[in-house]
Amino acid sequence: MSQRTGRGVRGGEELMVPRARPDSYYGRPVLKETVWEAPDIAGYLFLGGLAGASSLLAAFAQLSGNRELPRVSKVAAAGAIGVSLAALVHDLGRPGRFLNMLRVFKVTSPMSVGTWLLTGYGPMAGAAAASAVTGRLPRVGAVATAGAAALGAGVATYTAALICDTAVPAWHEGYREMPFLFAGSAASAAGGLGLLATRPESSREAARFAVIGAAIELTAKSLLIRRLGPAAEPYQAGRVGTVMEAAEVLTAAGLAGAVLSGRSRAVSALSGAALLTASALTRFGVFEAGRVSARDPKYTVAPQRQRLAERTGRGSA
Amino acid sequence: MSSTDPAAWAGYAEHPPRVGFFTDTSVCIGCKACEVACKTWNAVPEDGILLSGMSYDNTVSLDASTWRHVAFVEQPTDSSDGVRWLMSSDVCKHCTEAACLDVCPTGALMRTEFGTVVVQDDVCNGCGYCVSACPFGVIARRESDGAAHKCTLCYDRIGDGLTPACAQACPTESIQFGPLDELRERAQARVSELQESGETRARLYLESPEDGVGGAGAFFLLLDEPEVYGLPPDPVVTTRDLPRMWRRVAVAGASLAAGALIACLGAGRRRA
Repeated sequence: MSQRTGRGVRGGEELMVPRARPDSYYGRPVLKETVWEAPDIAGYLFLGGLAGASSLLAAFAQLSGNRELPRVSKVAAAGAIGVSLAALVHDLGRPGRFLNMLRVFKVTSPMSVGTWLLTGYGPMAGAAAASAVTGRLPRVGAVATAGAAALGAGVATYTAALICDTAVPAWHEGYREMPFLFAGSAASAAGGLGLLATRPESSREAARFAVIGAAIELTAKSLLIRRLGPAAEPYQAGRVGTVMEAAEVLTAAGLAGAVLSGRSRAVSALSGAALLTASALTRFGVFEAGRVSARDPKYTVAPQRQRLAERTGRGSA
Repeated sequence: MSSTDPAAWAGYAEHPPRVGFFTDTSVCIGCKACEVACKTWNAVPEDGILLSGMSYDNTVSLDASTWRHVAFVEQPTDSSDGVRWLMSSDVCKHCTEAACLDVCPTGALMRTEFGTVVVQDDVCNGCGYCVSACPFGVIARRESDGAAHKCTLCYDRIGDGLTPACAQACPTESIQFGPLDELRERAQARVSELQESGETRARLYLESPEDGVGGAGAFFLLLDEPEVYGLPPDPVVTTRDLPRMWRRVAVAGASLAAGALIACLGAGRRRA
């Protein structure tokens, strides 16, 4: 039964109980692991960002006289938010009760704030896309485009507060940079989709948005890792580390491609695909890093111990 | 009215005194009567019958279907019997500043007139936010019904003037129930007594309104560091940082909009 041999045997008797680590209870996690499923919620972090930032890009590109890009971005936003809503309802333990979210509005709950944001944003994004595709009701379309853009900025960034307002160490401790990481990732995804799905003469705004987004994403990510120090390990080690690194390489490649994208349709499409993939990988990486950090008690206990030591050291305990 | 009066914050103008648990682990004998009484009274479903290999602890942790959990720690010592036993009955802390309640998007989690925190089962839609927000890993989602569950501090009993089932069943008064102010006084006396008798590692955990959760409605007397029992040494309610998070989200959202504007302004001019 026990896999220990040799060293585990003491005086002919095997040690059946794992030795308690002094800094944990049998190595058991202090926290409960999130019940959120990665395809639903990490997927939503990506798609919600893509949708919100696409709505912003669509509105401003329309103002600058671009005709093709706004249509593509509006359809993308409506599609992404539609899938998001389905994923969010699917992730509930009791999906039939999703409307209970609308009983209250609580600013102390980013999920409540997000629910109301999506309730306003979803129909606007849908109306903007429908009007753009059919060419009907242009005035309603214009109002919906503006409304979706305004709420889109919130939809793309509130998700940072959603995950950071938890006890999960890797998420909570990253709350300073996470909103910028998510904003950058959202812009680079929206720009990437524009690069991928429009002709080069119409994708200039998308390329520039992608470059801005990718630069913000890379900067925020490196600041996050540097500030967290040893607590950044869940973002760097193992499978999550590989995912985050792949995201970084793809973001950098996509950024370079976006700068050069005016020259060729192929470069433009490739860099767009790279940026979209990178944004999705970043979200899955951040999501999994949180899961890893909740699972091992050391990520909960060590920073709290350090905080206690600092407080006692300063004599204000 | 004490300085930490969560029932008043929640809007109860007139309310009974705040009640809670003082769990004195120095007299816990690990009988698990609390676990059994809790399950029986609250009709909490069976949560697996297995041998964990963790001393006498086969319940392993608090969970959706485990609202009292007795921890067993065996510490090797130089004494004649070679081991120091630590036993502790863990429970929902009913925090003064409760993260689960703050983040609940449906209002299913609520503050009672007694200052305790309960889940309204008919409202909860199983979003799972409370599960990740709790700094103690107490509340959890039950597979069978998809909703979040935890200790109610026997809301149905205390309203009728009864003692919660676990405290009623405890044979050594390790679990004490009563008005929180009284419990805190009793706990201070007890911890002083233990320290004077040479139990230097005895300490109170979560009894102080100054701590990261504003003090707990269910607090403990421990004989070692909290992490030895699987408890966080310095928990802080996550929502204390939420105003700062919202400010940063606002700046990031504005930056995103500015980025889109800049991307389009320049491009538009060049096209024209």
